[in-house]
Amino acid sequence: MIPAAFDYVRPASLEEACHVLATSGEEAKVLAGGQSLLPLLRLRLAYPSVLVDLGRLPDLHGVQDRGDHVFIGALTTHDEVMRSPVIREHVPLVALATATVADPAVRHRGTFGGSLAHADPAGDLPAVALALDCVFVTRMTGGQREIPAADFFVDYLESALEAGEVLVGVKVPKLGAGWGFHYEKFHRTAQAWAVVGVAAAVRTEGGAIAEARIGLTNMGSTPVRAPAVEAALRGAPSAAPNGNGSSNGAHDPVRDACGEAADDTSPPADLHATSDYRRHLARVLTYRAVRAASA
Amino acid sequence: MTEQIDAGMVARRIAESDRLGSPDPSREIGRARRRKEDARLITGRTLWTDDIQLPGMLYVAFLRSPMAHARIARVDTSAARTQPGVVAVYSGRDFAGEQGNLPCAWPVSEDIVIPDHPPMAVEEVRYVGEAVACVVATDRYKAADALEAIEVDYEPLEPVLDMTEALAEGSPKVHEAGNRAFTWKFSGGDVEAAFRDAPVLIERTYVQQRLIPTAMEPRAVVATTDGTAFTLYSSTQIPHVLRVMLALTTGIPEHLLRVVAPDVGGGFGSKLQVTAEEVLCLLLTRRIGKPVKWTESRSEGNLTAHHGRDQLQRIALAAERDGRIRGMRADLLADMGAYLMLVTPGIPILGAFMYNGIYKMDAYDFTCTGVFTTKMPTDAYRGAGRPEATFAIERAVDELAHELGMDPVELRRRNWITHQEFPYTTIAGLTYDSGNYEAATDRALALFGYDKLRAEQADRRDRRDPVQLGIGVSTYTEMCGLAPSRVLGSLSYGAGGWEHAAVRLLPTGKVEVVTGTSPHGQGHETAWSQIAADAMGVPFEDVSVLHGDTTVAPRGMDTYGSRSLVIGGVAVLQACEKVKEKARKLAAHMLEASPEDIEFSGGTFTVRGTSAGKTIQELALAAFAAHDLPEGFEPRLDAEVTFDPQNFSFPHGTHLCAVEVDTETGLTKIRSYVAVDDVGTVVNPLIVEGQVHGGIAQGIGQALFEEAVHDAEGNLLTTTMTDYLIPSAADLPEFVTDRTETPATSNVLGAKGVGEAGTIAATPAVVNAVVDALRPYGVRDVRMPCSPERIWRAIGESGGAAAGWAGPTESEGGER
Repeated sequence: MIPAAFDYVRPASLEEACHVLATSGEEAKVLAGGQSLLPLLRLRLAYPSVLVDLGRLPDLHGVQDRGDHVFIGALTTHDEVMRSPVIREHVPLVALATATVADPAVRHRGTFGGSLAHADPAGDLPAVALALDCVFVTRMTGGQREIPAADFFVDYLESALEAGEVLVGVKVPKLGAGWGFHYEKFHRTAQAWAVVGVAAAVRTEGGAIAEARIGLTNMGSTPVRAPAVEAALRGAPSAAPNGNGSSNGAHDPVRDACGEAADDTSPPADLHATSDYRRHLARVLTYRAVRAASA
Repeated sequence: MTEQIDAGMVARRIAESDRLGSPDPSREIGRARRRKEDARLITGRTLWTDDIQLPGMLYVAFLRSPMAHARIARVDTSAARTQPGVVAVYSGRDFAGEQGNLPCAWPVSEDIVIPDHPPMAVEEVRYVGEAVACVVATDRYKAADALEAIEVDYEPLEPVLDMTEALAEGSPKVHEAGNRAFTWKFSGGDVEAAFRDAPVLIERTYVQQRLIPTAMEPRAVVATTDGTAFTLYSSTQIPHVLRVMLALTTGIPEHLLRVVAPDVGGGFGSKLQVTAEEVLCLLLTRRIGKPVKWTESRSEGNLTAHHGRDQLQRIALAAERDGRIRGMRADLLADMGAYLMLVTPGIPILGAFMYNGIYKMDAYDFTCTGVFTTKMPTDAYRGAGRPEATFAIERAVDELAHELGMDPVELRRRNWITHQEFPYTTIAGLTYDSGNYEAATDRALALFGYDKLRAEQADRRDRRDPVQLGIGVSTYTEMCGLAPSRVLGSLSYGAGGWEHAAVRLLPTGKVEVVTGTSPHGQGHETAWSQIAADAMGVPFEDVSVLHGDTTVAPRGMDTYGSRSLVIGGVAVLQACEKVKEKARKLAAHMLEASPEDIEFSGGTFTVRGTSAGKTIQELALAAFAAHDLPEGFEPRLDAEVTFDPQNFSFPHGTHLCAVEVDTETGLTKIRSYVAVDDVGTVVNPLIVEGQVHGGIAQGIGQALFEEAVHDAEGNLLTTTMTDYLIPSAADLPEFVTDRTETPATSNVLGAKGVGEAGTIAATPAVVNAVVDALRPYGVRDVRMPCSPERIWRAIGESGGAAAGWAGPTESEGGER
């Protein structure tokens, strides 16, 4: 369809961007790669009066190794993220999940920060940011702040960003040795959104799971962690009882733990899945993600 | 760096791997030519309808009903008229006197109800998306903005969404005359006797879900007038039919109306239509006097380009215990949607003769009830009635095999028409001219590795593997080459089924082929060039094919129903032969010989037994100069042919599909797919290959992904491609394709048609495979599309849930 009229501003600096956003109020929308915003405009589901295009701000672009964490600039495209040697080495879960986002054309336009700021619980990256305890670095006129991932995703398509506040980048903590990662995405076609996704980071030690972090995609109005699973996995043997991780008879404590993946979630119902089915998928996929991450 | 893809290398590889071996290099027919139209299509150098810009052109946007069923109490366009850039705003009432009704050309029965169908609703809206008003503005953005300023008051009426409920006593009515559009019956043999005391009876109900055709190029229309004559450009499959119908509908005299289908980016039947937008754009240019353009958005297209399928099929098979089928009953409800469009009621009837498939049986009974609902009308969609029929018989035969504990391929062998029995007149009254089901099936089984896969399936069942293997077979045929005019007449269709071609030899020896077919992705320019090059003995490059413009190609019946090659291609060949006969006379005259002594080979006419000859190029120039022609010889070398076939053509084939079904998630993955098709003589194997691939993809789409879904108020929920899932290459396996070649005896080319075969064959092959995978769980059907959740629930509902996570627990069964 055809978007309604809007003004277009392309600030030359971050300061100017913050200023424009602050003075335009709620009516302004930040345009990064346009991956999510343009469909909303085309369908006239959003009527921003002004689009603030951050595309030419060099400060927001790129990946940096900063010792204990990797800093990913908000405007770094998905394609750059999934190919970045720094990300692949130190925070591979980010690369794994990003590689499942949409298709190559979208990944060349869509940005890391844009996907997170959009705060879509069906997006693949929010659950990853949550599982990894990322920190969101923002700027506004006269200041900046850091928002932990646990506080960033407020509600459906709603982040903690305030009017006039721009996401500059994200600090992704390096988890160190002994960790394994996996992103298990269940979708109906290759380019489709996740029906359910599971981001898993698992640390094994001496044949047992020492620590696990589980982020769930599309299991509520925000991405969510699965604390019950994380707790229950602690101490479980990391090897599958029968080798292939399937539903054969042998008792499997990891499987039991993952049975709690849907606890305290409120997954949506839509054309592709009912809430019950999503809960079921969360359990199965969490198991598969944990197995893959601890393999 | 971007990798460079060498299309030439790809094409050569495909040609080399063609299992039919290298064809005679002296012949064009049989060569895997790359399509000559593709370079301009894929480099953006062609003209799609939306690319057309005319001086002073205005842009049209339609306001569409948000209600499935409502009375229009008031339309206020006054605020919209004052919006910037707005030239005019009209409601249906403003055109009530001149817009007429959209035509239905196929009144299938005596009892048919054809309701009025104004292009813009006047009194009442009957589906979400029906046009109620339009804006004409200086650009499409202003037009879209002004739509929001139009006020419409609707008085809601009850939507009618379910066919069975629509026919029940007391249902709200879509139209005054009721919700039954027609009842159509056909019967052959003694059905009562076939079912009486039948040792085995299979009764099943299948749902052919509603589909959205999803052509790549959205519909677009440009209309213009010089004050007297009109030109309509449309992304249509049927410029010729459209011209006649628009003349009848709008009153614009046919000779003052030119219809042009520029390059068209796919149709699949969805552009075999006379649309409200086409009629209204013509009326708008007539009223305003300036060119107007309308291009739909994807969402608008999902709503208002006609939908396909949507049938409820009650099927019964009566059989002996040895598997021999005695008889079949098919009782359909077919959802017409809110109105009868161009061939809406005829679509299920096209399937009526196909429910018996490739099988011999003693009796067959078919009933179809057309039902009105408050949804977008249905109409032709790739296969049009035949996929539905093939699905039903191929699924039911698998059920029979399961019931009898027999291999489904073996059961088919026991019932199909053997190759010695052709020509064979079926219980549905069609005469299948040729075929060899044994050969296609044997080759498919070998390529597939059938026995090995069956062994693996048994092993996975024994192991209770959470990923189960299923094998599906589909041995289809279809009636192609629509159609002998006398047959269409007997079915009450409003037109004939002939096709026209003209061939012109130009002064420099080049050849222009004018065809009445209207390609929209099929590659006619290439295939027709191959036919003409062989027939005329000229290089392939020396032939051009003109089409799609009623001024350039004034006669035609257009492209649908796998008709183009078997009727239009034959017409081209016959026209070439006529030109050659004329040329032979000229050659005889110039060589001072008798025409009977003139031989033709490789583009040269020679006097038998001598080296004296004239090339066809020399003759072309001689005819043009006209200095020395035989007595009474008109100075031109061209000819026209209108070919009306005597019979349909009957491609057939065997498709085999292996799926892996993850019983814990319900996800189906196609592991391998083999298609052995017999489409008769092949003009261009590369084009055939493309048609088979695309067809299978669309068939898989219906089996696993696609469904138009409405909510309880009748709103279409699948208006975007996020919600309406079509498979891309990334979702599909590699297809193993092969062919057997049993030429059609009904036309001189021996061709049978290939446009719909893949789609018809694939859907039952895939669903049979899915159900086969789930047999150990007691599942005997999964409704299409076989989505992961449906499969997961089917496992649970069958009561056969295995250990672990296969299927829902009791507490999860609540929804849906």
